[in-house]
Amino acid sequence: MGRSLSDLFIFVGKRLLQLIPVLLGVIVLTFIVSHLRLTGLCNEWYPHAGATTIANCEAKYGAPLTTQFWQYFTGLLGGNWGASVTGVQVYPAMAADLPATVELVLAALFLMVVIGIPLGVIAAQYSGRLGDHLVRIFYLSGWATPTYLGAVIAAVFVGPALGLPTSGEYSTPTPPFTQYTHMSVIDAALALNLPYTVDAVDHLILPAVVLAFINMGIATRMTRASMLEVLPLDYVKSARMKGLGEFWVMYKHALRNALITTTTVLGITAGGLLAGTVVIEEVFDWPGIGQYAFTAIGGNGSTPNFDGAIAVVIIFAIAVVVANLVADILYGLLDPRVDWR
Amino acid sequence: MAAPILVAKKDGPLSVFWRVLRANPLSFIGFLMVAILGVTALIVVVDPNLIIPYGPLQQTVARNASPSLQHPFGTDNLGRDIYSNVMLALPLDLGIGFAIAGSALLIGGTLGLIAGFYNTPGTIGGWTSVSIMRVTDIFLSFPSLILALALTRVLGLGVGPTVLAITITWWPFYVRLVRGEVLAVKHLPYVNAARAAGVTENRILLRHVLRNVLEPTIVYFTLDIGTVLVTYSTIGFIGVASKYPGPNPEWGAMLAFYQQTGSSNVYPWLVIAPGAAIFVTVLAFSLLGDGLRDILDPRTRRAFVRGTIAHEPPPEAPAPLAVASEAVTDSNPVAPVGIIDTGTRS
Repeated sequence: MGRSLSDLFIFVGKRLLQLIPVLLGVIVLTFIVSHLRLTGLCNEWYPHAGATTIANCEAKYGAPLTTQFWQYFTGLLGGNWGASVTGVQVYPAMAADLPATVELVLAALFLMVVIGIPLGVIAAQYSGRLGDHLVRIFYLSGWATPTYLGAVIAAVFVGPALGLPTSGEYSTPTPPFTQYTHMSVIDAALALNLPYTVDAVDHLILPAVVLAFINMGIATRMTRASMLEVLPLDYVKSARMKGLGEFWVMYKHALRNALITTTTVLGITAGGLLAGTVVIEEVFDWPGIGQYAFTAIGGNGSTPNFDGAIAVVIIFAIAVVVANLVADILYGLLDPRVDWR
Repeated sequence: MAAPILVAKKDGPLSVFWRVLRANPLSFIGFLMVAILGVTALIVVVDPNLIIPYGPLQQTVARNASPSLQHPFGTDNLGRDIYSNVMLALPLDLGIGFAIAGSALLIGGTLGLIAGFYNTPGTIGGWTSVSIMRVTDIFLSFPSLILALALTRVLGLGVGPTVLAITITWWPFYVRLVRGEVLAVKHLPYVNAARAAGVTENRILLRHVLRNVLEPTIVYFTLDIGTVLVTYSTIGFIGVASKYPGPNPEWGAMLAFYQQTGSSNVYPWLVIAPGAAIFVTVLAFSLLGDGLRDILDPRTRRAFVRGTIAHEPPPEAPAPLAVASEAVTDSNPVAPVGIIDTGTRS
């Protein structure tokens, strides 16, 4: 059984190597998918463009597929991800939008951990009884709420009722301090600007709560299932027998082992949470990559951005793959039964 | 001297069904809700005039009317009846859910059976199996909503292309599910016994393995209809699937239209009615799927019939940890347990 530091390097290295074919596959598949239909595409993608734009577009997509792919692939590696109809480069725009989305996803994950996991413990503790049913209603409600419904209800009814802001990152468009990380709360806190920190947190609450509520079931269900597996084990019984309070038995002894699976699943989830940001960021005017995706895809009648849309698909897939990798490595670290060699 | 033979009383499937439903009130509610939705959708298809008083675009004199007996969900600024539009969307949305989840089940299920059963390394089957799984892995790397959105953009706007786009992104889930189930049962003693008795491989697959794969797949399928619906209506909300107002209303597009025209805070029923419709439909399928899992899984079935599954997890429970070694090779450290554990909400 190898679990020394050098084994860990092998463990992580192997997984990093496995990443390469998947990433290549993601890029190839995205390229194929985006070139499934070639005729008339330019007119549809650039509905209001002039004859020269259409001619340029058709020249670009008229070349042999292999040539196009090579051009696209080298462009991707070199940071040239194409441009929108109006000439805005895709890569810088997306790079600028990424931090806000990361902040939103991290905030949602935080809420899922501090609310979802205790709910799972409660459901396991009262399995088959009222507490279990109530928790199940709660997370299934979240599960049955489409993101757009949750976002619209929060923005139209809940926000005004609670006096919470429903648009943007700050109340003023440009805050009076340097934005190092471009994550609203962290930047304001770094600048030691208390009013702006509070303001940034206020703006973050609603979108993060909606994203977390909708995905709460993942944390809760997983915790409940693994708690139910752990609870009848001997070590839990012996903890009870030596007179430990029920709280300590549950949250210190049982949960510790149950959390391994939950942590892994949450890791996988982090990549998928991104998909939820497309609608949430649009509704809450959150300046992240989800909103970029919404516009690039031509949501709500905006002019679609072909290169941007392809880049968005690739970026989201990469996020999922990386999240899976992190989850995989976390699982190896947390579960002492996993051999690293 | 013959020993007395104890014959266990065998329950018919219906009586078990009934007892589990009673033991689990939430599943019972889900079952009722799905039944009501199904019957209502059928009525709308057969004779809409029975329950739908107005046409989807018909303008009445009551503009921005609050919910009343005449207009149960109110009307919009042109006097269009919201109730009629919401009800008219029901068969379309249910049909789309079934169509996409069904096609994904057929395509993904078949590929999953092949990938799981004929996976001897070095044979043609083995190579097929590996290629299927690699392509599946790549598809599973995409959040389905995003890939479906991009595909909708390429395939064209409208209901048909959107259904096709979601189907293209949806089948890989079934490959992974069915393959996992096949791998779990293909080496069980009863399969080996059939092989020893000289049953051909294809017959083992269709008669012995398939039967045991069906149950978890049906559970997943039921839960999946809700997920498909949410994805479709999200694409509708983003505004690339269906046109609203139009002859074929759809809940997501409807909600988007009324949210964007800006009157939803003054006339909340405009967004609450289609929103509640999708919420209720998805919740119904989620509750039913949860209940079906309990009914079809013999372990929880036993526990449920005894009254509670409180502190009695099955001894041979398929712990996520136990299958982890198998799942890790699919770049996914945890095997899918239920739909909620396998993916995120779009």
